[in-house]
Amino acid sequence: MPLLSVQNLRVELKTRDGIFPVIDDVSFTLDEGENLAIVGESGCGKSMTALALMGLVPHPVGRLAAGQILFADEDLAQANETRMRSLRGNEISMIFQEPMTSLNPVYTVGEQIAEVLRRHQGLGDKAAWAQAVDLLDAVGIPNARTRAEAYPHQMSGGQRQRVMIAIALACRPKILIADEPTTALDVTVQAQIFDLLHELREQTGTAMILITHDMGVVAEMAERMIVMYAGRRVEDGPVADVIATPRHPYTRGLISCVPHLTETLTDERPQLTEIPGIVPSLKTFGQDNCLFAERCAHASDQCQSGRPQDVVMGTQRVACWHAETIA
Amino acid sequence: MNLLRSILIRIAYAVALLIAVIVLNFTMMYLAPGDVADTIAQASGGADPEVMEAIRREYGLDQPFIIQLGTYVGKVLQLDLGYSFFYNQPVMQLMLDRLPATLLLVLTAQIVALIVGVLLGVISARNPNGISSHFVTLFALFGYSAPVFWTGILLLIAFSLLVPLFPVAGMRDVTLEDPSFFTQVVDVLHHLVLPAFTLASIFLALYSRLCRAAMLEVLGSDYIRTAKAKGLSDRQIVYKHGLKNALSPVVTLAGLQFSAVVSGAVLVETVFSWPGLGTLALQAIIARDTPVILGILFFSALVVIMVNLITDLVLRTIDPRIRTGSA
Amino acid sequence: MSDQTQPAERASSPLAETVQMFLKNHAAVVALVVLTCIVIGAVVGPFVYPNDPFDMVWAPFSPPGEEGYIFGTDYLGRDLAAMIVHGAQVSLTIGLAAAFMSVFIGITIGALAGFYRGWVEEVLMRFTEFFQVLPTLLFSMVIVALFGASLVTVTIAIGAVSWTAVARITRAEFLRIRELEYVMASRSAGAGNLKLMFGVILPNAAPPIIVQAALMVGTAILFEAGLSFLGLTDPNVVSWGQIIGSNRQYILDAQWTVTIPGLAIFVTVLAISLVGDGLNDALNPKLRQR
Repeated sequence: MPLLSVQNLRVELKTRDGIFPVIDDVSFTLDEGENLAIVGESGCGKSMTALALMGLVPHPVGRLAAGQILFADEDLAQANETRMRSLRGNEISMIFQEPMTSLNPVYTVGEQIAEVLRRHQGLGDKAAWAQAVDLLDAVGIPNARTRAEAYPHQMSGGQRQRVMIAIALACRPKILIADEPTTALDVTVQAQIFDLLHELREQTGTAMILITHDMGVVAEMAERMIVMYAGRRVEDGPVADVIATPRHPYTRGLISCVPHLTETLTDERPQLTEIPGIVPSLKTFGQDNCLFAERCAHASDQCQSGRPQDVVMGTQRVACWHAETIA
Repeated sequence: MNLLRSILIRIAYAVALLIAVIVLNFTMMYLAPGDVADTIAQASGGADPEVMEAIRREYGLDQPFIIQLGTYVGKVLQLDLGYSFFYNQPVMQLMLDRLPATLLLVLTAQIVALIVGVLLGVISARNPNGISSHFVTLFALFGYSAPVFWTGILLLIAFSLLVPLFPVAGMRDVTLEDPSFFTQVVDVLHHLVLPAFTLASIFLALYSRLCRAAMLEVLGSDYIRTAKAKGLSDRQIVYKHGLKNALSPVVTLAGLQFSAVVSGAVLVETVFSWPGLGTLALQAIIARDTPVILGILFFSALVVIMVNLITDLVLRTIDPRIRTGSA
Repeated sequence: MSDQTQPAERASSPLAETVQMFLKNHAAVVALVVLTCIVIGAVVGPFVYPNDPFDMVWAPFSPPGEEGYIFGTDYLGRDLAAMIVHGAQVSLTIGLAAAFMSVFIGITIGALAGFYRGWVEEVLMRFTEFFQVLPTLLFSMVIVALFGASLVTVTIAIGAVSWTAVARITRAEFLRIRELEYVMASRSAGAGNLKLMFGVILPNAAPPIIVQAALMVGTAILFEAGLSFLGLTDPNVVSWGQIIGSNRQYILDAQWTVTIPGLAIFVTVLAISLVGDGLNDALNPKLRQR
């Protein structure tokens, strides 16, 4: 039985021009200890999916309109705020993209870690602090005991992100959601952070949902992947399979943008194929047709006839009218 | 270590500032038409030129400016502020008699304005379109635009004359027979309510408006999102994480405004016949009692400088970024 | 799609945009209208009430409305309406003049400090801090007491102590703008320091300074009211604060003599504050807080 099962999730956003589904009938599962990547360009709804899982959809503007989020036996979509608070930071944690601004500047990093331990595990001050120091050590901050009394502005971006990881994993959550955790960091630091995440997950058995736009990272880190476009899932499957045989035209485009993923080096340099057009705006989400059609080389009248249905092809699922015909 | 050094620097700077005030005051007095001799002559109903010369020589008024200045500064630093002809007392004595009343008024007003202002700011930030927010806006406009002495008179009319809840004037009830300490305290507090509230009204308006703006900004920041993702309670998020950051600008403003509080106290004391330095200042000005006027200017600057020092210290406690010198 | 389509209709000039933005703020517009009425009243009023406001016209302590004296009379039987109208001239004039003076001083100091940096800035900033520490009202009281109470000394007393806010804002703006590219461009085109400061930087620093200047008028009016309330003003002239001050002992018998002049001050300063806020929103749309 999967750890997390999202069924037909729909999240709506209120804008000046009306109400639109930023997440449109998205379903996926996550098993224990698994690493799932959600991939897509900016604005496709992947970050909002993460927020929806945490129950942090921005309140008056957004709303979880339909669907189920089954965590063990519980539907989080129906859970009240008190219940969600007891889960956040405890069984489901999240780290964010901007480590520079995600920590509170007026408290020490040790305090910000200890806080989570006191809140969810009922530890006393001393015990929480001691464990916070241990956690800092575990995430690779040297001189953890001294550094625990440092303030965020006294640390580099990479170190701050490590602190965020320490906070997120402090209570050994079942799921860790990482929303573009390294996008704002230097490339060398990126590699370190991913190594760290990998190592910690091996120790704790935490499942991870990695949200990213970087296919290279997906190839390195994830076991399964979901490709999102305009609020919809267009393809999913094991990472190796999807990369080897992308079924959806959009996925193909994404992968061909990162040539080193696909083939061995040859003298012939392949042309970087561009996906023409731009990402659709929120106002066009939710329509009853294929939202990728206008950028797609294989588009036909059928693509306008309705929302593409799922087609199972081996280990992958594709939502495309032409999935079987595109070789 | 670092802290001690910076405190000492601040104190040295404060002393320099104070000396500058003394020099300025003395210079103004020196430049103005008329001098002590004229005052004495006037008080005794006129005198002929030789007597005036004698008086001048006795008070060292025939010395060059620099020497007079030096003498004066030297005396002040030894806490000798001269003698008042009008009141027949050493000026220092007069100051110390009146200082507590003024201190009570200004400190109470500032503290009340800060506490109530911050609370109102927090509440209205959490309900940006609610009643409390509109109240803050309106109250801010009124508090800032109404002349403080008019507000005082209106409150007097309302709560002393029409509805006799509070005493009309003064700091104490002189008709009380042999009151106990506790009774005296209650009596003074009873008299303090209207004047303190009048003086506070201006600044309450300013602080609540600033606090609301600061809180709104803070509540939208990334670290608040992190705090929510940790599953912390609402109260912890708003007060522990949010308010501590929003307090800095408010406390900074309070520090800057303190000299205005002292200015306002002059008017409020006059309206309520509060026996402090303000009423003394007016009397001294009318009586042309130079030493007293100088003494009051000195003391009021002293009070402002000391409160600024304390405000600086408070700011350092709230915001660790100031301590370590990074913005 | 290769034709050049017409570019979108060119947006109106910055001035027109600012005015448009301002007009959207209903409170500010109403305030501006009220303010205009007050100014007109101050200018025209003395022709409606040509007699000396200090003249006794009727029995003392007549409530408003009696015998056609719409605001009644004070403790000496003087027409309150006449006093208010004449007082408007004084309060507004001193307010404007003192504000002008403090803005002038503030801009000069702030510009020099922000432009030259280095020791000039240090000295000027210490100087500014010094004035910030002084309780301004006390200081003005002393100036007026020492140098006599006339319209001129009162104006100077207010203007000489209220400039610190303008100086701070000016300096901050100068610090920000001097690093921008068009300043470097002007400098390399040969512009001298003075031209740079007042010809290039200052016009761009204008918006927040203008807002502060507008608010300063309100502050100066309140300041003058405080001084005249305490009796430290030209005794031959009526001003709003002075009316309140002299009638203070009689609030039991004649509340209108203190409430009405105070209301005049309040409405004027409120209108100025609202116009200032409106200007702020119109000139700095990015900083607008919801």
